[in-house]
Amino acid sequence: MSRQLQDTGPAIPIGMGRSYGDACLNPGGTLLDTRRLDRFHSFDPEMGRLVCEAGVQLREIQRAMIPRGWSLPVIPGTQIVSVGGAIANDVHGKNHHRVGSFGHHVRNLRLLRTDGQIVECSPGVRPDLFAATVGGIGLTGLIAVAELQLQPVTGPWLDTEILPYRTLDEFLTLADDSEPLWEHTVSWLDCTSGRRTRGIFLRANPAVEQSGKPPVPRRRAVPFTPPLSLFNQLSLPVFNTLYYHLNSYRGGTRRRPFETFLFPLDDVQDWNRLYGPRGFYQYQLVVPRDAGPAALREILDIIAKSGQGSFLAVIKTFGERASPGLLSFPMPGITLSLDFPNRGARTERLFVELDAVVRAAGGRLYLAKDARMPRDLFEASYPKASELERFRDPGMSSGMSRRLMGR
Amino acid sequence: MDKKKRIVVIGATSAIAEHCCRLWVRQGPVELILVARNVALAERIAADLQARGGDVGVSVETMDFLSTKAIADAVARWTAQAPVDVALIAHGVLSQQQPCQDNISRARESLEVNGVSPVLFAEAFAGAMERAGKGTLALIGSVAGDRGRRANYVYGASKALMDRYAQGMQHRFAGTGVKIVLIKPGPTDTPMTAPYKAQGRKLASVESVAEGTVNAIERGTPVAYLPRKWQLIMFVVRNLPNFIFNRLNI
Ligand SMILES: Cc1cc2nc3c(=O)[nH]c(=O)nc-3n(C[C@H](O)[C@H](O)[C@H](O)COP(=O)(O)OP(=O)(O)OC[C@H]3O[C@@H](n4cnc5c(N)ncnc54)[C@H](O)[C@@H]3O)c2cc1C
Ligand SMILES: NC(=O)c1ccc[n+]([C@@H]2O[C@H](COP(=O)([O-])OP(=O)(O)OC[C@H]3O[C@@H](n4cnc5c(N)ncnc54)[C@H](OP(=O)(O)O)[C@@H]3O)[C@@H](O)[C@H]2O)c1
Repeated sequence: MSRQLQDTGPAIPIGMGRSYGDACLNPGGTLLDTRRLDRFHSFDPEMGRLVCEAGVQLREIQRAMIPRGWSLPVIPGTQIVSVGGAIANDVHGKNHHRVGSFGHHVRNLRLLRTDGQIVECSPGVRPDLFAATVGGIGLTGLIAVAELQLQPVTGPWLDTEILPYRTLDEFLTLADDSEPLWEHTVSWLDCTSGRRTRGIFLRANPAVEQSGKPPVPRRRAVPFTPPLSLFNQLSLPVFNTLYYHLNSYRGGTRRRPFETFLFPLDDVQDWNRLYGPRGFYQYQLVVPRDAGPAALREILDIIAKSGQGSFLAVIKTFGERASPGLLSFPMPGITLSLDFPNRGARTERLFVELDAVVRAAGGRLYLAKDARMPRDLFEASYPKASELERFRDPGMSSGMSRRLMGR
Repeated sequence: MDKKKRIVVIGATSAIAEHCCRLWVRQGPVELILVARNVALAERIAADLQARGGDVGVSVETMDFLSTKAIADAVARWTAQAPVDVALIAHGVLSQQQPCQDNISRARESLEVNGVSPVLFAEAFAGAMERAGKGTLALIGSVAGDRGRRANYVYGASKALMDRYAQGMQHRFAGTGVKIVLIKPGPTDTPMTAPYKAQGRKLASVESVAEGTVNAIERGTPVAYLPRKWQLIMFVVRNLPNFIFNRLNI
């Protein structure tokens, strides 16, 4: 494998291709498909330590390990991502305030470099290479094998609670009150309702009583791409109002299988087709806690005025734990994830306005979702990026690295 | 406690077979005997299955897949220990047509690996299952066995041999506890079809074909086209009159 790597020229690994931007794109170069690196190597059921190849999907780990009483501590909003992709973007879940990001639970990595070298690194051994690789968007070499620390779980059921709120301050109070007591918190925000902020706050804890088998999730699919985006100025407020009232009405506590709570889109195949042939852009930002509320108000204002509402606006507070990677996204503060149907120049103008607010607040954008951030914003908001240079694999380069780092 | 299911997999390094094993391991206590030519790869697969499953026993064996003595002895040994619940016979090689035409010893190799060897394993298992009065014997054939085509009739004919053999065994075991299952995958994304994938051909996912295989084995389905649409497609292909079929470049 490492020999094969030597002949490929500028290359970049690709996992499940779930990143929205160009982190795993390489126009004119080679993509190193890791999907066949999909074997487990060993599992220690006493300590909960799993050694597996980087192409293994998180869902495969959960399906094998939950019945054995163990779970990945961190899973993003979809389980259909690879271990390598989860490390290379240092992904976060709805429990960031409790457990930090994916990289916090990686005990060891085996990297294949394009010069044929095989290098091991961990928080204890070559810690600087480790910090460059966690969140390193594939630029330090191909992660072949990872050792992960799992956490004990009692079963697949969560006790969940849904609470509607009507102002940003209400959201922040809910978040602060929930963090010490609830393992998962996340919130859905309606950006189409103009100045009135409203949303749904979701929180969940592992159920104490874990009886009953979870129902097998129903698979639904979007069979074709409609000629136009189904999300437009007319339909969005309707969707959002419906969603809001449906959930306020359903509010209260319920026991649900973790999969339907944490990964609502995983059972709807090809959901992205709903956005029509031109697709959509994701925009995920984080702003530090102090400047956060004011910056968010400004951002919501800008979006409301632009008339380009976002169907899925997800807002969550990050915990205090320092991120493990040089390019890790999470910082103590508030993260907001938006998606916008692609309307060309209009959408880009909106992003430029949003960029300015994020920059002024000392925040940053998430590389996993980015395809357009200007290089100066990257350099200002990821100050440790220059330290990464030393650890880069000279044979690795992606659309994103050329756009943001010049090579 | 339920006793462990006993499953023997012949050609266990096959991607389809490996994914079947992953599903069996997820389903519950199981003892797997992996039989393969490439022991190093089979050992890695065994380690994977062991790590995935809780109550899982996995062992690896290698042998000459064309030796009648080796086949008879091995099957006798496995079935003597305890009855085998499932035997999955998966090995095969997608032989290229032109070399087989140019050199009949290549044609012979293909016929032997894809046709003769699998049915000899099947015959050996059938005897043991008949004596035990139960067991499911599954063979992986192919849609290519449904009608000979100029593009790959050597491979196709060996799969057709398997087809007729399975049909005969189904007749033999009708009304007994022994089930014969013939799996007929369409083009599937495995190492075997890597060249087609590079050409941009649409391939079924190996996960979905493995899931269909495990379900067919569970139910004792006599013939399972996977994905299902191939049943209809091959019905049409089998029934095309020659004057049309002969003009098609398939
Ligand atoms: C519906 C949805 C919800 C999401 N929710 C969240 C969320 O809640 N939180 C969050 O943090 N993210 C979220 N994401 C983003 C997603 O978790 C990340 O983009 C993740 O990195 C995707 O993993 P992948 O396997 O698809 O990697 P890819 O997208 O294929 O690659 C991502 C990066 O990892 C690198 N890479 C992949 N494999 C390797 C390897 N073996 N060695 C070295 N580098 C490698 C690639 O080069 C690339 O830079 C979401 C995405 C979707 C589609
Ligand atoms: N993939 C498809 O599109 C497709 C379609 C229809 C039918 N099938 C059938 O499905 C079955 C499984 O194939 P697959 O797709 O999983 O392909 P695969 O991953 O390439 O597996 C082929 C298997 O056959 C084994 N094999 C080949 N020649 C052998 C020999 N002489 N002796 C012993 N073992 C030998 C290989 O062993 P090594 O590891 O030692 O090479 C490997 O285990 C095959 O019978 C194939 O014909 C596949």
